[in-house]
Amino acid sequence: MTDWINVILQGILVGGLYAMFAAGLSLIFGVMRLVNIAHGDLIVLAAYVALVTTETLGVGPLVSLIIVVPLMAAIGYLLQRAVLNRTLGEDLLPPLLVTFGLSVIIQNGLLTLFTADDRKLDAGHIEVATYRLFDGVYIGALPLLQFVVAIAVIAALQFIFYRTALGRAFRATADNPAVARLMGLDNRHVFALAMALSLAVVAIAGVFLAIRANFDPSIGPARLIFGFEAVIIGGLGSLWGTFAGGLVLGVAQAVGAHINPGWQILAGHVAFLVILAVRPEGLFPRIRT
Amino acid sequence: MSEAPLLAVGDLDAFYGDFQALFGLSMEVRPGEAIAVIGANGAGKSTLLKTIAGLLPARPEAIVFGGTPIGGMPAHAVAARGIALVPEGRGLFSSLSVEENLMIGGQLNRSGPWNLQRIYQLFPGLAERRHLPSTALSGGQQQMVAIARGLMSNPKLLLCDEISLGLAPIVVREIYARLPAILAEGISLILVEQDVVQALKATQRVYCLQEGRVALTGAAKDLTHEAIAAAYFGV
Amino acid sequence: MSIRVGFASRSSRIGMAASAVALVVLAAAPFWGGRDDLQLLSQIYTYVALASLWNLLAGYAGLVSVGQQAYVGLGAYLLFGFAILGGVPPLWSIPLAGVIAALTAIPVAALVFRLRGHYFAIGTWIIAEVFRLIASQVSVLGGGSGTSLPAHIVLAIASTRQLRDFLVYWIALALVVVILALIVLLLRSRYGLALKAIRDSELAAACNGIDVQRTKVLVYIFTAFGTAMVGALIFFQRLRVSPDSAFSVNDWTAFVIFITVIGGIGRIEGPIIGTVVFFALRQTLADLGTIYLLMLGAVAIVVMLAAPKGIWGLIVERFGWQIFPLERTVVRDTGSAGAAKRA
Ligand SMILES: Nc1ncnc2c1ncn2[C@@H]1O[C@H](COP(=O)(O)OP(=O)(O)OP(=O)(O)O)[C@@H](O)[C@H]1O
Ligand SMILES: [Mg+2]
Repeated sequence: MTDWINVILQGILVGGLYAMFAAGLSLIFGVMRLVNIAHGDLIVLAAYVALVTTETLGVGPLVSLIIVVPLMAAIGYLLQRAVLNRTLGEDLLPPLLVTFGLSVIIQNGLLTLFTADDRKLDAGHIEVATYRLFDGVYIGALPLLQFVVAIAVIAALQFIFYRTALGRAFRATADNPAVARLMGLDNRHVFALAMALSLAVVAIAGVFLAIRANFDPSIGPARLIFGFEAVIIGGLGSLWGTFAGGLVLGVAQAVGAHINPGWQILAGHVAFLVILAVRPEGLFPRIRT
Repeated sequence: MSEAPLLAVGDLDAFYGDFQALFGLSMEVRPGEAIAVIGANGAGKSTLLKTIAGLLPARPEAIVFGGTPIGGMPAHAVAARGIALVPEGRGLFSSLSVEENLMIGGQLNRSGPWNLQRIYQLFPGLAERRHLPSTALSGGQQQMVAIARGLMSNPKLLLCDEISLGLAPIVVREIYARLPAILAEGISLILVEQDVVQALKATQRVYCLQEGRVALTGAAKDLTHEAIAAAYFGV
Repeated sequence: MSIRVGFASRSSRIGMAASAVALVVLAAAPFWGGRDDLQLLSQIYTYVALASLWNLLAGYAGLVSVGQQAYVGLGAYLLFGFAILGGVPPLWSIPLAGVIAALTAIPVAALVFRLRGHYFAIGTWIIAEVFRLIASQVSVLGGGSGTSLPAHIVLAIASTRQLRDFLVYWIALALVVVILALIVLLLRSRYGLALKAIRDSELAAACNGIDVQRTKVLVYIFTAFGTAMVGALIFFQRLRVSPDSAFSVNDWTAFVIFITVIGGIGRIEGPIIGTVVFFALRQTLADLGTIYLLMLGAVAIVVMLAAPKGIWGLIVERFGWQIFPLERTVVRDTGSAGAAKRA
């Protein structure tokens, strides 16, 4: 019994990380209808940026966020202005192909610079600290922190999206880019800001990913897929839905892994496919009035 | 009246791909002046407004605003210079509330008479519905939001494209009743209308377009029905 | 004088004639080429086939999939499964794998077609991942590390190694010819017209009574059929299969997409040109390793942004060539001798 409680608890906590993978993806799709295939590779890129930062400055991974987050945001802004803005339009293929090419470039660039060796960020004692909830049920300090950060990230995005001028600009541009231009909003700039925000979230996700487990240049696509599954499970257009989607995915994977270690990822995919089959609009789609 | 024009359109051509919609069109708007642009369906009225607003390419000198060539300038830069377009079909942001639509209109932070408070005085009906999604309003109120959103940027020149489209006559009259208060703030207005009578009443001068060219122009009160009909239908 | 609609143009007649000559020369390759030549050529054929199928899917039906490795791997595993578990001769397994993949594609389509546009792309990728993970759970086929084709099965194909090489080569050539011919026939059929209409405007096509969804599903199933046969052949050549190689997104999707885009998407000739360029680059730059892949990604991005119709698109714009008689042209017969009066 406590066995299963632990499994589900672990799943929920990991789900927070998946929600962070998903949030950036969902944000970009919401604002400019772009699915960024390089999203997972950008998460891994952020992990390597954090690695370099911790090694050169001798700071811990959590402190490195002070540098990694703005740096990734800047990369996002420039990437959007220099490349991705040119791909937007009626045709589906250019954004897909270009982000796909970007994914290959990032993977092989990292491979050239850092080799295929496993890396990991060391966050010190927080990695091993655990709290006892009740008999036999424990919660790790790091997963807990990661989960709390995930909630904070979603809440912050929700706030930005619905309570700030920037969020209004995002929503207006998503609704009708031509009219938004008439209001003095430069679409290219707005999209670039959205990508910057997305990559700021990617940076946080990347650092937690790198503390939690080993990483190497090839693991990006799987993170993209987890994020994507969380978005679809949760339902398009709702940030808290995406968060819930991340948790469902995390629990599905944890349960699968508990039954048979080889089934962890497969169980997540199956959960996604089941949702797609029985409730293609996702669990918590946004109700539009 | 030799005052320098606020807007001078000269020899303007406009294209959709290979299709030419405007042919060497010229017009002028002086500060504080209200003019009407009328013409049959497809005459090029919306095209003219869209080109002025920067949504369609043009030669720089073909559109001079306040002495600066702005033809082909990106729409957001044109808006920043003080031209607001109330687009045909309103183009409200459906996932934004009424007030958020107005705030987007005001996000350029240009100084001037218009702010949320003044807007709600002008359109009291909007104040009580400010938190509703813009799509929850009646057609007339939606049109008011579109106009108000344009005013929020405190433009020097307001472009209105068919603000009476699809509205009941009584609602149209209600909207037109607000125009004097708007003009009293000293801004210039280009009013595109299918409803010629309304347009003539609200403006001082008229341009009648036909197949992308100016077929007739003059002071609103001097034009006879016959002349307008001839210019309108090209008979 | 009468007017008729024909497919052939002067360039396509020359193109078809040249293709026929090329085909004869290539079919004779075992008599003029070495073992390495045959292997390289077979690889080129398999990529032409894969890229042509992806081109049909993405360039004509607008279904941008990044998960076609699902069917490459499925075909490969079916061939090995039939051979090892059922003793089916590998040559028979190739068409059989195609048919089973096509049947598999039906329920898969029912799922992934619920996703639109970009989301469809990632959905197909997840399906491929599911296939890969399932394959790595099949312990009789070696689980995660894969398996080899047993020696007695290999020997049963042909007595000598040379003969086997020849046979595999000819099958590869035959397969690519058959697949290209099927694609040309499909595009010339009424489905081809429907696809063209869908490509121009899905809405307009639907308004004209074209069942857009059905047409797309059919194309999806057809490409699964072709892709699985190619996959079966590729791994029959290699004599070894593993989940990671059979379901590799890089080998069977990234390269294929880059080839198609660089060559020219939405045109039959594109994937062929693209494959030639791809292999030419690979032969000269392969030593660079990861840098080569990096450059390939960059070239594909530049082509997509600067010349979205690819190399063949540029050629068509300049010279109006077409090798395959596909574009319908209105021909005006000047009522002379044999002009058919069917108007
Ligand atoms: N997006 C477009 N693409 C191609 N042609 C267009 C486009 N918009 C308008 N046109 C064409 O340009 C010409 C002028 O159109 P425009 O919309 O300016 O007319 P209008 O005077 O505003 O008509 P209406 O009274 O119907 O609004 C018409 O022939 C129209 O068909
Ligand atoms: Mg119009």
